[in-house]
Amino acid sequence: MAGDTPGRLTREEVGHVAHLARLELTEDELERFARQLSAVLGHAEALRGLDVSALAPTSHPLELENVLRPDTVRAGLTREEALAAAPATESGCFVVPRILGEAP
Amino acid sequence: MTTVERPGVVEGTTGRFETVIGLEVHCELSSATKLFCGCPNAFGAEPNTNVCPVCLGLPGSLPVLNERAVELAMRIGAALGCEIRPSVFHRKNYFYPDMPKDYQVSQYDEPINVDGSLELPDGTRVGIVRAHIEEDTGKTTHVGATGRIHGADYSLVDYNRAGVPLVEIVSAPDLRTSDQARAYVAELRALLVATGASDGRMEEGSMRVDANVSVRPVGSEAFGTRCEIKNLNSLRSLGRAIEHEAVRQVAVVEAGGRVVQETRHFDEESGRTSSMRSKEEAEDYRYFQEPDLVPLRPSASWVGEVRAGLPMLPAERRRRLLTLVDGEPEAGGAGTASQVATVVDLGLDELVVAAVAAGAPVRVALARSANEAAQRPDQARLVDPAAFAALCRLEAGGTVSATQAKQVLAELLEHGGDPAEIARGLGFEALGDEALSSVVDEVVAANPGEWERFVAGEEKVAQFLLGQVMRATKGRANGKVVAAALEARRGGAA
Repeated sequence: MAGDTPGRLTREEVGHVAHLARLELTEDELERFARQLSAVLGHAEALRGLDVSALAPTSHPLELENVLRPDTVRAGLTREEALAAAPATESGCFVVPRILGEAP
Repeated sequence: MTTVERPGVVEGTTGRFETVIGLEVHCELSSATKLFCGCPNAFGAEPNTNVCPVCLGLPGSLPVLNERAVELAMRIGAALGCEIRPSVFHRKNYFYPDMPKDYQVSQYDEPINVDGSLELPDGTRVGIVRAHIEEDTGKTTHVGATGRIHGADYSLVDYNRAGVPLVEIVSAPDLRTSDQARAYVAELRALLVATGASDGRMEEGSMRVDANVSVRPVGSEAFGTRCEIKNLNSLRSLGRAIEHEAVRQVAVVEAGGRVVQETRHFDEESGRTSSMRSKEEAEDYRYFQEPDLVPLRPSASWVGEVRAGLPMLPAERRRRLLTLVDGEPEAGGAGTASQVATVVDLGLDELVVAAVAAGAPVRVALARSANEAAQRPDQARLVDPAAFAALCRLEAGGTVSATQAKQVLAELLEHGGDPAEIARGLGFEALGDEALSSVVDEVVAANPGEWERFVAGEEKVAQFLLGQVMRATKGRANGKVVAAALEARRGGAA
């Protein structure tokens, strides 16, 4: 995702990421976010200077693993509750606008 | 004209091309609840009745991993001979209303199961790259004139399936024909059912297959560019889609074009595949680690328990039957492998093994299981192996003919009972020794000349006398027994 120069994002890259997040940015915003995000990446770049060869990668900030629950059914929401906030419903389903294209 | 010469090899205008196939199989796990919440994992419920804040992606809700789902995923890994590893979960980000969170929780670069293999009935060993855990998506129904995506006015979403635990099993590109691809899916399905990890029902969508297909000139080592084909709802569709796609790709290559790596949709009606997404919207899911879930590191003892608790798998069960076949000189020959595959597929191998242990000849037990019992596998799995063995012995010993044995078996499956009595009831039982002796008396008395020659040692007359006895008994006598009776009488006369 990053450009050729580490820590430097191009306007095109910002535009691509914005599109993936379904954000519509103006030309000014593209310029501004490219600058700001580059600064963020620049900060992170400082970490590259550290020798972490002796450290195992951290998967999670909490030192926990294997948090599991038993396979027991628990009451969820009623259909009325589940659909309560939906802008539109039909046949017990959420109504969504016309979908363009198949599921990923 | 480009034609499929035989499955897998496409005869183009410039040469012959080989098809290279890798499959991605999604199977829903048979846990009681969803992957990250306590909602029921059930097919066919009223829409949006098995939902909660977690699987609806409501703000503030947090996922907790289902222990049983992990165990079932490990069973699949163990059954496929995978290494079972520590793993983490990632978010696969995309915008589509089948996932209310706008991401699917999946495993990315650190999956739970890696590096296994699956052995097909023909002995082919197919590599398994990985088998990882992820959550299923909701179901969308397109409403409008066509009932399909194109031309729909709007869509309805049911989130009952959202969050149902899945394992995605990714094969290596080791398959070369549509027949092999079908055999792989059938074998995988049998394995999933045998381990209890999934019900493997393709028709209910609990097992779904995507096919990665590419072509290359026969003899070439380099892989061609692959396309991923979706919407394969049956083994038949899988085979048709692969064959169509191979021919399409060869035509592209031979016309001087390049195959574009893309996802294609198989249309059942036309039997064709078509492009699903434009190149501009290439997949970019921005995977990142799911911060709401901690790493999964199954203990060595848990993994050990799962491996030790596996049932006998289809490949091993086939080998067990083949070992029995090898131990009997009369067994084996053409069709045995297919009989063995059928018997294991229908879960009748226990019956055969138990019947052989009770004295049934392997050849007969296998034939009656693969042909007749296979018509009613549910009843056959419940039949008393000792009774089945007794029937096999009646047939092998000639007391009843093969045709009669099939009728006795039908009765045995339907009502149970003693095969000898059933045979008597149907009037099938061979003559007793006394009755046979009196028939032989009659035949000897009616053919004194032939009898003299037989006693004098003219062996070719034996067949004639045997035929006379068989005719007089209307085929109820056992040829071997008659021959022995004639021999004994000659011994007494000489």
